[in-house]
Amino acid sequence: MFQTNKPNPSLLRGMTQSRLGRRDALRLGGLSAMGAFLAACGVEGKGKPQASIAPDAVAKFWGGKTQNGKLNFANWPLYMDPKQPELKKFTAKTGIQVTYDEVIQEMGPWFAKVQPQLSAGQSIGYDLMVITNSVQFGQFRDAGFLAPLDHAKLPNYAANAAKSYSTSAYDPGNVFSIPYASGITGIAYDPDKIKRPITKLADLWDPAFKGKVGMFKDLQELGNFGLLAAGLKPGDSDETAWKTAAAKLKEQKDAGIVRNYYDQGYVDALGKGEVWITQAWSGDIFQKNVSDGTNYKFVIPEEGGTIWTDNMTIPVTAQNPVDAIMMMDFLYDLENSTTLAEYINYVCPVPAAQTQMKKHAAAASGEDKETLLAVADSPLVFPGESEYKRLHYYVDFNTAEEKQDFERVFQPIVLG
Amino acid sequence: MRGRFRLGGAQVMHAYTWLLIGWLVVPISVMILFGFNDPSGRYNQTWQGFTLKWYGEVFALEALTDALVMSLIIAVLTALIAGALGTGIGYALGRFRFRGSGGLNLLMFAAISSPELVMGSSLLSMFVSVGISPGPVTITIAHVMFSVSFVAIVVRARVMTLDRSLEEAAADLGASGWTTFWKVIFPILLPAIFSGVMLAFALSIDDFVITNFTGGTTQTFPMWIWGATRVGLPPQVNVMGTMIFVGGVLIAVISNIRAGRRRVAA
Amino acid sequence: MDRVKRTLAPYLLVLPGGLWLLLFFAVPMVTMLSLSLQEGDVVNGFVFTGHWQNYVESIADYQTQLIRSLVYGAITSGILIVMSFPVAYWIAFYGGKRKATYLFLILLPFFVSFVLRTISWRMLLTDDGVLLHPLKEAGILPDDFQVLGSATAVIAGLVYSFLPFMVLPIYVALERIDPRVVEAARDLYASPITSFRKVVFPLALPGVFAGVLMTFVPASSDYVNSELLGSSETTMLGQVIQSKFLSSSDYPSASALSFTLMALLLAGIFAYARSLGTEDVMKVAAR
Repeated sequence: MFQTNKPNPSLLRGMTQSRLGRRDALRLGGLSAMGAFLAACGVEGKGKPQASIAPDAVAKFWGGKTQNGKLNFANWPLYMDPKQPELKKFTAKTGIQVTYDEVIQEMGPWFAKVQPQLSAGQSIGYDLMVITNSVQFGQFRDAGFLAPLDHAKLPNYAANAAKSYSTSAYDPGNVFSIPYASGITGIAYDPDKIKRPITKLADLWDPAFKGKVGMFKDLQELGNFGLLAAGLKPGDSDETAWKTAAAKLKEQKDAGIVRNYYDQGYVDALGKGEVWITQAWSGDIFQKNVSDGTNYKFVIPEEGGTIWTDNMTIPVTAQNPVDAIMMMDFLYDLENSTTLAEYINYVCPVPAAQTQMKKHAAAASGEDKETLLAVADSPLVFPGESEYKRLHYYVDFNTAEEKQDFERVFQPIVLG
Repeated sequence: MRGRFRLGGAQVMHAYTWLLIGWLVVPISVMILFGFNDPSGRYNQTWQGFTLKWYGEVFALEALTDALVMSLIIAVLTALIAGALGTGIGYALGRFRFRGSGGLNLLMFAAISSPELVMGSSLLSMFVSVGISPGPVTITIAHVMFSVSFVAIVVRARVMTLDRSLEEAAADLGASGWTTFWKVIFPILLPAIFSGVMLAFALSIDDFVITNFTGGTTQTFPMWIWGATRVGLPPQVNVMGTMIFVGGVLIAVISNIRAGRRRVAA
Repeated sequence: MDRVKRTLAPYLLVLPGGLWLLLFFAVPMVTMLSLSLQEGDVVNGFVFTGHWQNYVESIADYQTQLIRSLVYGAITSGILIVMSFPVAYWIAFYGGKRKATYLFLILLPFFVSFVLRTISWRMLLTDDGVLLHPLKEAGILPDDFQVLGSATAVIAGLVYSFLPFMVLPIYVALERIDPRVVEAARDLYASPITSFRKVVFPLALPGVFAGVLMTFVPASSDYVNSELLGSSETTMLGQVIQSKFLSSSDYPSASALSFTLMALLLAGIFAYARSLGTEDVMKVAAR
């Protein structure tokens, strides 16, 4: 109906029009922000995200699109073997040249960076981007910035992915995204500096580590830990719970315990001894240990950690979407998903990779064999029931206002 | 006479000046030094041995090289555009009295003294308001905006010291205004214009704050470095930084020596 | 005909550059002002509603950072005056034939990217870095000793970043002083301190003013130093504005804060100019 993916004409209008009632304002804004592929009521934002998109949206987007032999891939750091064996294999197989940039380090800045470009209908320079199921995922989706996926082009995904992913709350039916990897947010620490074993969230509040504790800058990550530390569940929390959590985090900050609030830079800070104990993402610590020979420990705290999923998505303005979706499916080939998980050590979305990995281990010898076996049996890569019990999902927002309230509660902590 | 009063103080100040210069070069030395470091992992943060290999592999990181090339292209464009526009303003302000010159001076003063943060964020607010996509073009627009006043000021200063009798003499000899400008005035202004252009180039290639606001996903050299700090800077950054440093210093020294010769010759 | 050309000439020369400044400096200020009075969110768009509460709310939330920024800026400028004056003085009066060389050395940091310089400091001062690690190993410093993350580190970074902007204008002002004036003063006042206080310093004031202008504004609006060298205890307003624009896409309150910062700085500049009250000051400002 509204054949535009540009929310910003409203900005222009806002500047030319004078006073409007608040309701008019929201309505006007809402109308113009309509994403191309969302149903007309999608942006009002009541209830859960809509799985239903216009039935012809997929055909409309993919019609006439062809393979271009080029692919620009935006991903997070520490998310692939630096030698990029999977990409090389892909190029050898398809002839598609891949440019791989580790440009995403935090969801907020990434969305803010590409949002003006996507609003203007311009290419962001990337055809494939890996984004977390956070607040910004909803923003990307609701603004109509994500291309609907043509599942006819994803046979490997259909065959190999764990079924639970198709019922996720943020993208039911995988309309816009398929997982790259999932991960666990827990605690990492340096056993050289901290002599006792770390087991619980309360350790992040221990005055013994004053000035040596790292927390995440991402408001959802931070808020989640605040909630869990206060004994609350992130998944079904409300504003009262957020305020309790914020008070808990404020207490930690005011006592001078927190060194800083980090994005991806926390790994570097841990390496430099800036922090001794920090909120951390599971696979990063493993990779840091492998690449730099360090001996950091990662634990899922007793009170629980969080589990999130990073998803492969195609921006609507992508210049090479066919090449991008080929890559998405390529990474779901059993062998490829196995080697990827072997290196990055994040939760693998392909359950059969565990058996495949054990086969690799059987074929290997010595240290390699041990490492592969350890990864295959690692609860951080293939979590079992007992892990899932301790893992929580992110805070869910039903409306944009709820999201803004959440940010207003937690932002002053980070920007203290 | 002078010396008797100030000898002690002057020596202390001399030593202090060198101390300060020493302090100023500390981070530069660190940058150069770590371009020769041989880190085992991804993180170039502790000294692990001397190597020259990064100089051989300086362009091995494609994304970093692209960012450097992007920076150079934007800096050259900025220098040329700001050079032309700034020369126009500088010449007009130095040579003519006209209505509106006060306002223009004020505008330039405001543009020079405004915080970069405010300029960058206001440009972003305009771009998102009218739906212009951030990218290399908007970066160049922004860079020209903040460097044009500097060029104008440098050129104006030179124009104000011009000997008006030169122009009159040319006119007496029958040269038109246009010919006089190109044949007489322009060559005299050229060194000033050149320093203005170099200044614009330097301001552009170093800019981080405004580029961060106006660049979208475009990676310039400083932007790439900023992004990479969180995951460990590769030694190539230090090597490139060292090359830019040495190149800049050489250009400055050579042009200074040549200017000195010209002065002696004249 | 020729006269028309002559009167038109300055306008034609000024037009492209002037338009550029108007369009990309002045107009954006207006759009930012407009944005600061709008409501909405990034997905649904923003609409102008004259919502001045954006100012009230954002200033209430971030007054600590606002004040901190102005304080850091003032401390930085103050330290810079004290640090730079002797250097500028020595180069101006004792530099001899090497004046240009000394100034060049003072300017050396500008040949390295601002971001890279600050990162180098961070590398040097980091908790387990080349400087502190050996001292900790040797037991001279306690294991949890740190420089980074403190206000001292941020202010030191700011001082480092903007030092040449203070040295140069003071030098220019001092350089203009006729040595004979100083000698005459020496003869009249006899004491070097008195002659400095009554003659040299007042003559150098325009340079100090320009130096403060050129350092206070960028220092108090900086976010790179605090981001790289500071911690959550040193957050400056620049970081808040940066983060609201470039992370939470909360454009209205980011614009409100940015506009507030600029208004405060402008007001400060004018108040400062008036308090000094000399013609020289305005001349420097106009130049």
